Amino acid sequence: MAQPFTLAHIGYMLDGLLWTVILSALAFALGGVAAFGVMLLRISRFRAVRLGAFVVVQIIQGIPLLVILFAVYFGLGIFGIQVPPLAAAGIAMMIYSAAFLAEIWRGCVEAVPRTQFEAAECLALTRWEALTKVILPQALRLATPPTVGFMVQVVKSTSLASVVGFVELTRAAQIINNSTFQPFLVFGIAGALYFAVCWPLSAWSRVLERKLHVGRH
Amino acid sequence: MKYKFDFGALVEYWPQLLDGALVTLEMTAISTVSGLAFGTLVAIGRRSHNRALSRLCGAYVETVRNTPFLIQLFFIYFGLASAGLRLPVFVAAVIAMVFNVAAYTAEIVRAGMDATPRGQLEAADSLGMSTPQIYWHIVLRPALERVYPALTAQYILMMLATSVTSQISVEELTGIANNVQSNTFRSFETFIVVAVIYLVLTLILKLAFWLLGLALFTRRRRLGTSL
Amino acid sequence: MSAVIELKDVHKSFGLVEVLKGVSLSVARGEAIAVIGRSGSGKSTALRCVNRLETIQSGEITVCGHPVHDPRLDVRKLRLDVGIVFQSYNLFPHLTVEENIMLAPVTVKKLRKAQARDLTAEALARVGLAEKAQAYPEQLSGGQQQRVAIARSLAMQPQVMLFDEVTSALDPELTGEVLRVMEDLAKGGMTMLVVTHEMGFARRVADRIVYMHQGRVWEVGDGTMLANPQTPELRAFMSHDL
Repeated sequence: MAQPFTLAHIGYMLDGLLWTVILSALAFALGGVAAFGVMLLRISRFRAVRLGAFVVVQIIQGIPLLVILFAVYFGLGIFGIQVPPLAAAGIAMMIYSAAFLAEIWRGCVEAVPRTQFEAAECLALTRWEALTKVILPQALRLATPPTVGFMVQVVKSTSLASVVGFVELTRAAQIINNSTFQPFLVFGIAGALYFAVCWPLSAWSRVLERKLHVGRH
Repeated sequence: MKYKFDFGALVEYWPQLLDGALVTLEMTAISTVSGLAFGTLVAIGRRSHNRALSRLCGAYVETVRNTPFLIQLFFIYFGLASAGLRLPVFVAAVIAMVFNVAAYTAEIVRAGMDATPRGQLEAADSLGMSTPQIYWHIVLRPALERVYPALTAQYILMMLATSVTSQISVEELTGIANNVQSNTFRSFETFIVVAVIYLVLTLILKLAFWLLGLALFTRRRRLGTSL
Repeated sequence: MSAVIELKDVHKSFGLVEVLKGVSLSVARGEAIAVIGRSGSGKSTALRCVNRLETIQSGEITVCGHPVHDPRLDVRKLRLDVGIVFQSYNLFPHLTVEENIMLAPVTVKKLRKAQARDLTAEALARVGLAEKAQAYPEQLSGGQQQRVAIARSLAMQPQVMLFDEVTSALDPELTGEVLRVMEDLAKGGMTMLVVTHEMGFARRVADRIVYMHQGRVWEVGDGTMLANPQTPELRAFMSHDL
């Protein structure tokens, strides 16, 4: 029979929310590191490297995160590695975030005028020095708003980790709904909790975006 | 330990996977058309001078954009069921998708409409065009052309997101894949194959949207520039 | 006297368009050369080839002993000897004036910060902007930005300076301050190759003037050449330009 919905259920969901935040942070951190590498490949001097990175990014962006997640989960399983759901979800989300962030950042790097690169190279800076001292500091400014915006994507995507049994917010809500049968209430609260995390990020991203446009003339 | 790949076990399930892919495309087509229509209305509502309407549309867009699709799907499917409305999973899934993608559409289309130069409105006004005429010819149509790439990218993401509806047992591609892998115990192979099918679907959609863009936007086709 | 910059029969094409059709030119140490000509005459391209911003199809370019035409050239070594100033300044907007100038001495030449700062102060003094060290580029006028760009190049102590239409983007009242800095440099014995539209500057400051036309060196002479053109093309150019 259906249990009544109690305060304990909300506590359980808040625990889930904590894991959602942890998984998001993990995915964003790992994905960010990988994305930086992929971005470097995407702007490589060598055509073949650029093209290779482009194809890999296109492939990842052409597959649902859920399918990536299943492939990682079952894929690691067949090599006899018993992966905890958190690890499977973390790896899948890292792959997914890396592909999208790399493209966002590449766009920002390419938005810095080419002449800046030329000027740096004419001062005898190496490609790497020019990139780290001249191009990236300028690209960083451009990249902040869309990167913060993408964090919202990451947080929302962690809900998919529920399908491999990782008890984050969505899974917690499902479990509670299975016993209380109050879907509007349970998923409503879960939605509100997601909103409480995502909306400030969205708003911050918009503020940053506006500042960027004011700062330019 | 060495794993022996066996894709052979999947051969007999090929027709089912293909059916699943067709269901995915069907859902995508319905949600794209309905989402565009509904989203455009929301965008217009958002720009309305009626503050209540504008606020309502804004709240809807923000709610959808800041919560996961999976939660929206559960809310609609299980919620309606608990209220006594037992919808077929396909219908519930499509409703959730339209609800979701319309919000993104609204945001994109609104940005396109906001980019209309003021002078164009004044010019249209001074030519004696009515407000609906101005909206259609001067604001909306150029806006759609302007944001077409962003819109189509969003619809491709939505096609990929249909996979999430497998969680309420819709028999689209991922749902079928789940059945196949539990029958064959070839989970990894199944999802590799399914990943490839999704890739093909993505490419097909990209091509279709590109061709559609050429057909729709004469100016872009002839000049190759964006508005 | 040996040439610091030597171009021999240089050919350069962009796709099917040949912009340099056999350019030869020799610049001695301490010489200031003004390169004039219509837009599209190839003068800017020639300058960019000297610094390997463009690669050439055939011919030879030697700059301070570096074989610039050689694909195996260490471009960074070349650029330690050759400074360039662009029409659009290309200062780094995220760095202060001082940081703009110190960047290359510190990262490339591995100078100590203190040493680089002295060098920067000296370079800024030469362009008359000592008090602007802590300003950001966007706080400066176009003329000031261009003088900072010159100081940035000078701080690397190059043997040769290239100037690519450095006053073309400036309001007329701001060109004077930039030209004066360049004139001082020339008097100080800097080897300079200056692509310019400023005929007065060319006449007054340049040791030699090179008139380029349709991808070729059409006429070469000293300051009097402008008043007394030998070719109909230069005559036409002068009558349009003055």
